[in-house]
Amino acid sequence: MDTIKYLKQLTIIMAVSFVGEFLNQVLPLPVPGSVYGLVLMFLLLMTKRIKLPQVEDVGDFLIKMMPVLFIGPSVSLITVAGGLADRLVPILAVCIISTMVVMAVTGLTAQAVLRQKTGRKDKTHE
Amino acid sequence: MNEILQESVYFGFFLALGTYWIGLGIQKRFPYTLCNPLLISTVLCMVILLTFQIDYESFDAGASHISYFLTPCTVCLAIPMYRQVKILKKNLAAILISIVSGCLAAALSIWGLCALFGLDGSVYHSLQPKSVTTAIAIGVSEELGGSGALTIMAVVVTGMFGGIMARVLCRLFHIKDPIAVGLACGNAAHAMGTSKALEFGELEGAMSSLAVVVAGIATVILAPLFAGWIA
Repeated sequence: MDTIKYLKQLTIIMAVSFVGEFLNQVLPLPVPGSVYGLVLMFLLLMTKRIKLPQVEDVGDFLIKMMPVLFIGPSVSLITVAGGLADRLVPILAVCIISTMVVMAVTGLTAQAVLRQKTGRKDKTHE
Repeated sequence: MNEILQESVYFGFFLALGTYWIGLGIQKRFPYTLCNPLLISTVLCMVILLTFQIDYESFDAGASHISYFLTPCTVCLAIPMYRQVKILKKNLAAILISIVSGCLAAALSIWGLCALFGLDGSVYHSLQPKSVTTAIAIGVSEELGGSGALTIMAVVVTGMFGGIMARVLCRLFHIKDPIAVGLACGNAAHAMGTSKALEFGELEGAMSSLAVVVAGIATVILAPLFAGWIA
């Protein structure tokens, strides 16, 4: 029966979420509970304590539905928009310029590391 | 009118889901980065609230319940990361070094630009996590004392700009290696960068979605270190 399968998956995901929020309350670090949960879930999958088929149906559905969660907070911009109007241009400039910087730095660093790796391999083949 | 709507939890719920449905339909017909379902849904909700003079609170009474799923959804991001664990292990050095450098570049450039434009602390803290996926960005922003609404706006603007400009920017900066292209897209423009990276190729897409999660975790660790730089 599929109901039980989905119920089990949701229960596991909620349990990991709960432990994540719990760690956020107990540990004095500025890490969101959701990220503790993410890392915990990854470790559980890596150590095979949880197997992929035990979470993936509900998990994939939740990931696909994720943008829906952001509609409420996005719409709340109309309540703060008035106070931000005078700073809108600098805020947009920060977003656009830093996106270009991140893209350049990430891509070029990755490329440099990868080239060094293949360079070393070539030497060992000689 | 407002009282009736405020009484009902389902009005906001219905409006959010209904407009998102319309947004998905539009994106299917017109598959461009600008036709982002979240953007379409947000604009439609705003237009409806303003046209019918409905208070944001009436809408939020229902829509806020959807946000309870934020943590479980973020937890599930571990699933795609686990699926790509082979690529992760194979390119561990390149992934970690480039993403940490990218996150540091993000923190420094955002700090520099905010200082340059004289933006205050709450705006700075809201913008700091803007390169990472919304779920994690909201969490970081709240931990640092920023505004969730502004963070989401910055995340969406970043994602759209990064997604639209990815091809041009990669060419401009001579980023050619598919792994590097994927990492750059994911680290700079999270999910929207990933959907663009998938258009380039499967390897680019996989690297990009991996970068989204790794960058999210790296930002969680790095952002608080820079938080005090603008009070």
